[in-house]
Amino acid sequence: MYDTDNMKKLKMQRILLYVFFAILTLLSMIPFWIVIVNATRSAPEIQQGLSLIPSDSAWANWTHLRDQGFNIFQGYGNSFFIAASATILSLYFSSLTAYAFIAYDFKGQKFIWTIILLLIMIPTQVSIIGFYKFMANLDLLNNYIPLILPSVASAPTVFFMKQYLETIYHPALVDSARIDGASELRIFHTVILPLMRPALATMAIFGFIASWNNFLLPLILINERSMYTLPMLVQLLTTDGYRTEYGAMYMGIALSVAPLLLIYTFLSRYIIGGVTAGSIKQ
Amino acid sequence: MATSTETTTEKDVAEKRPRNLAKRKNTDKWGYFFVAPFFVFFLIFNFYPMFYTIYLSFTDLAGWATEANFVGLQNYTTLLNNQLYRNSVVNTFILWVINFVPQIILAFLLAYWFTNRRLNLKGTGFFKSMFYLPNIITAASVALIFRSLFSYPRGPLNLIMLDWGLISTPVDFYRSVFSTRLIVSFIQFWMWYGQTSIVLQAGILGIDDSLFDAARVDGATDWQSFTKITMPLMKPITLYVLVTSLIGGLQIFDIPYLLTGGGPAQSVETMMIFIYKQAFQGGRNLNIASTASVFLLIMTAVISLFIFNSFRERSTKKGAR
Repeated sequence: MYDTDNMKKLKMQRILLYVFFAILTLLSMIPFWIVIVNATRSAPEIQQGLSLIPSDSAWANWTHLRDQGFNIFQGYGNSFFIAASATILSLYFSSLTAYAFIAYDFKGQKFIWTIILLLIMIPTQVSIIGFYKFMANLDLLNNYIPLILPSVASAPTVFFMKQYLETIYHPALVDSARIDGASELRIFHTVILPLMRPALATMAIFGFIASWNNFLLPLILINERSMYTLPMLVQLLTTDGYRTEYGAMYMGIALSVAPLLLIYTFLSRYIIGGVTAGSIKQ
Repeated sequence: MATSTETTTEKDVAEKRPRNLAKRKNTDKWGYFFVAPFFVFFLIFNFYPMFYTIYLSFTDLAGWATEANFVGLQNYTTLLNNQLYRNSVVNTFILWVINFVPQIILAFLLAYWFTNRRLNLKGTGFFKSMFYLPNIITAASVALIFRSLFSYPRGPLNLIMLDWGLISTPVDFYRSVFSTRLIVSFIQFWMWYGQTSIVLQAGILGIDDSLFDAARVDGATDWQSFTKITMPLMKPITLYVLVTSLIGGLQIFDIPYLLTGGGPAQSVETMMIFIYKQAFQGGRNLNIASTASVFLLIMTAVISLFIFNSFRERSTKKGAR
């Protein structure tokens, strides 16, 4: 008797929780859904009422957006170029740095490690004014270099890579290659990097998304319209050209989130796994 | 956390063994070569800009001037007397508190439900990925989404509330200090509670199962073992979440800037918006913006030191065990 009562209570609890989770799931999705649906509706339709069913004005909205000079493909291209370059640099040099900490004993190791830990905690935004002025002095405004090269020194990635290497590295791994006379750099390329593939994949996703989403730094450094990154294009949607053209504005927002939504449907498992792995290792 | 203990023991082994191999000695110099790119780029793109920012805070560099003259602490006194700046500090903290308190509560509840073995919920992987979704979306786009959802007079939310008879005339959300702050905090909450709950869950799953088994044998309820075992053991990880969230919260810029530009009445003008506006709009007061950055740096450093110390305590405890 007591047991069945308990079971009933448990079942009830479960149902309530599922309902609650479903509500939170809707909360995550509905804003995007409304934006995507409104991207297919005309301005009068949007003004009339809310709908969750797409309409037929997507093409008209798209043409209007294009006529406003909203060059989304250029935005995708610019953002992709910056994010991909920054990610490759940060993956390679972070692994190299992490490997140095694991495989060798050298003076100043502790000191540099302390710097890395401090860098993780102190965001680069606090020195953004000095960074801007320094780049202006070097005549590097309207240039992608300041958006890409700093990722060679990416402290959080080094931290993650070192944690990963600690779990897989063993001197025996490299000793045989050493006896064969391989150089240290070659050992890193042929033995260590392939072993780090899972960690590289995780950090590639996070590094790419972080760079793709970066807004403040390009906002400060880039003025040239043809060099705008995607978040900077999005910011243009707040200007007067879209005051009444709601459909075009929604189309612009929808196009800016579409690549990420698409990537997420395929990679969400890895991303969640990466967040979990990252947090355990703290 | 079980993994990190394992890691340390493995590292000990890894450190002891190579000492026996004499030839390894010659290769240690490679450590310098491999760390060199990181160190050089750190010096150029991190270290130098930080000290340049500090230097600028002691100068009069503003407008289109090219020469910076040393003015001592003048900018610091100017800034401390600047009501707009003092408000921006207060705004930043208000926005963080309104977002963080509900965020950590919901994250803890979700972590508790997801890890509860008696409930044994299905599909947690799916729900986790749905709750995390907003976090990966470009903050600039998110700001635009909420700017249009809450727009006046015929934004989607106004339309639906009119439709359901909840209101009789449209509400201009972004004219009210209260609702604008609430929306900014809600967006932050919405973007981050999923991430926080995943971190907390990882922490809970790291707790030794035998503790819970022992509690169950002693007749503890789920809730009791949650509050008496889980919560105390989760203190360090909660502290970590709190500090990283606070440091992130101090930097908040994209959302309030693109939502209202800091208004109404500068109610969501945060420290970063203040810095940005000082440096890149109007008078281009790079000196004042630098000074505000130095204050931000000091706040961040103090908070970071706090977490540094708590981690040190944790590792010494671990060593004792």
